[in-house]
Amino acid sequence: MRRCVIKVKDLWFRYEEGPWVLKGINLEIYEGDLLAIMGPNGAGKTTLIKHFNGLLKPVKGLVEVMGMDTRKVSVSKLARYVGLVFQNPDHQIFAETVEEEVAFALKNFKFSADEVKNRLNKILKEMGLEKYRRRVPFNLSGGEKRRVAMASVLVYDPVVVVFDEPTLGQDLKQKERLGKFLWRLNDEGKAIVVVTHDVEFVADYIDEVVLLSDGKIVARGRAQEILTDRDLLKKVRLLPPQLAETAFLLERTLNLKLEGNFLRIDGFVDCLRRWLNENIDAKRS
Amino acid sequence: MKAIEVKNLSFKYRGADEWALKDINLEIGEGEFVLIVGPTGCGKSTLCRCLNGLIPHFYEGEYVGDVYVYGIRVRETPTHVLARYVGMVFQEPEDQLIMTNVEREVAFGPENLGLPREEVIRRIDWALEVLGIKHLRERAPYELSGGEQQKVAIASILAMKPKILILDEPTSSLDPSSAKEVLDLLTELREELKVTIVLVEHRLELIASRVDRVIVMDHGRVVDDGDPREVLIKDHVVKLGVGVPKVLRAYKRLWPGKALGRPPLTPGEFVRQVVNTYEEMRDKS
Repeated sequence: MRRCVIKVKDLWFRYEEGPWVLKGINLEIYEGDLLAIMGPNGAGKTTLIKHFNGLLKPVKGLVEVMGMDTRKVSVSKLARYVGLVFQNPDHQIFAETVEEEVAFALKNFKFSADEVKNRLNKILKEMGLEKYRRRVPFNLSGGEKRRVAMASVLVYDPVVVVFDEPTLGQDLKQKERLGKFLWRLNDEGKAIVVVTHDVEFVADYIDEVVLLSDGKIVARGRAQEILTDRDLLKKVRLLPPQLAETAFLLERTLNLKLEGNFLRIDGFVDCLRRWLNENIDAKRS
Repeated sequence: MKAIEVKNLSFKYRGADEWALKDINLEIGEGEFVLIVGPTGCGKSTLCRCLNGLIPHFYEGEYVGDVYVYGIRVRETPTHVLARYVGMVFQEPEDQLIMTNVEREVAFGPENLGLPREEVIRRIDWALEVLGIKHLRERAPYELSGGEQQKVAIASILAMKPKILILDEPTSSLDPSSAKEVLDLLTELREELKVTIVLVEHRLELIASRVDRVIVMDHGRVVDDGDPREVLIKDHVVKLGVGVPKVLRAYKRLWPGKALGRPPLTPGEFVRQVVNTYEEMRDKS
């Protein structure tokens, strides 16, 4: 049995006396989940993930992290389990050197000096940041800053890692690296949650999608199932991935139903090649 | 008529080790719709800044070569004069919007050109009409959605009636549906106003089929330039990771090395290609 790491029960939230931003969210996230939270701007995505590490507390309802009620536990204790990587690394980075930045949480969590040193060396190496360890993080390039922000979360090995719009401003190569990196973290058993608009990225790398609209969850399912539902996507102002749209048109014009994972290029090409061969062979015989 | 001419242009930002642009030579004709692509850091934004005079007038550095806009030498022309020829729209509309309501915002440019009041009003009406945002006239820019803000930003540039419109990743902070709206609008502007458009954009699946020409940059150089279908199908361009539409990549995989008519850039074009090929193969067998 996989452990349930985050449990959200009938969560309602608003800022002060403002309108409700979250309206009765129910959601369970398990170890090993690889999940995207998608929806239009203002749907409440960022507000929701801020509940995952207790930055925000429910006005009504309940959020549990590893079985702990987030209203009864400190943010620093919850942060040990849930790491949030924000959209803009400048909002997260404040130390004088990369080394201090990445070690900050470890020291806060009162890890021993040896442990801090070991973990720091390991993560800086993994993220290709060794040569920057004494540099001022603020002066690094955008991509490097993002890696520092990720390293400073991953270094304490949280069970859930939440990324807010990680593909924003990234080119395709950087997205590929990011996607493969998420897979690796996921293979280690971590639950990965990505808040994003990037349907092509989700089609390529993410297993499951939760659609949020106007403070409510409107759907949860396999990425392939959600991203091929044109009506549903339209409601939440998302466009179908290009290959999903193509599959839809193929079905309409050639009555060709693609089977298998056709959201990724490999799967799409295999499906279509098979169909072409079968249909032409069938005509031959 | 040449709208833009770039001659042996190189630029290095003050304090940088590397040249951001290396010996660029380009000509852009009046009314052309040009898309610039390339990996992060390739020099796309720097080139845009050179076209509208932000470089060398506001950014310091070493500047070699020349840029001409309608025959005017950019390096020796003040930016307020250039503003009559070149308008620039940035990534974040918030960085560009400064006034308290949309009408004032759109009036700002024409007023600064010293136009008479009646003409300013005429231009406001016209720009709001063209962008389909007349209903936003009295609203405050900060209370608008990202997509609406970007349309206001474009309207406020358009009101100066520049001959050339430069847009540096105008959709990067927008959700997919708003991004599509803004890009659809550019296509219309181009057809209605015959304005020359230079666009830097990652969402090739939404725009590649509408442009006349794609310029590919890498490490400060132009590495390819031509018809979008001819350029984007090339192996070296795909390898750069510039987000070549997935249908085009699928097409390359399905029929490697074959010239089967126009390479597809949209789902519709791809499906037409499949239908043709299927019928051809069927007839042969």
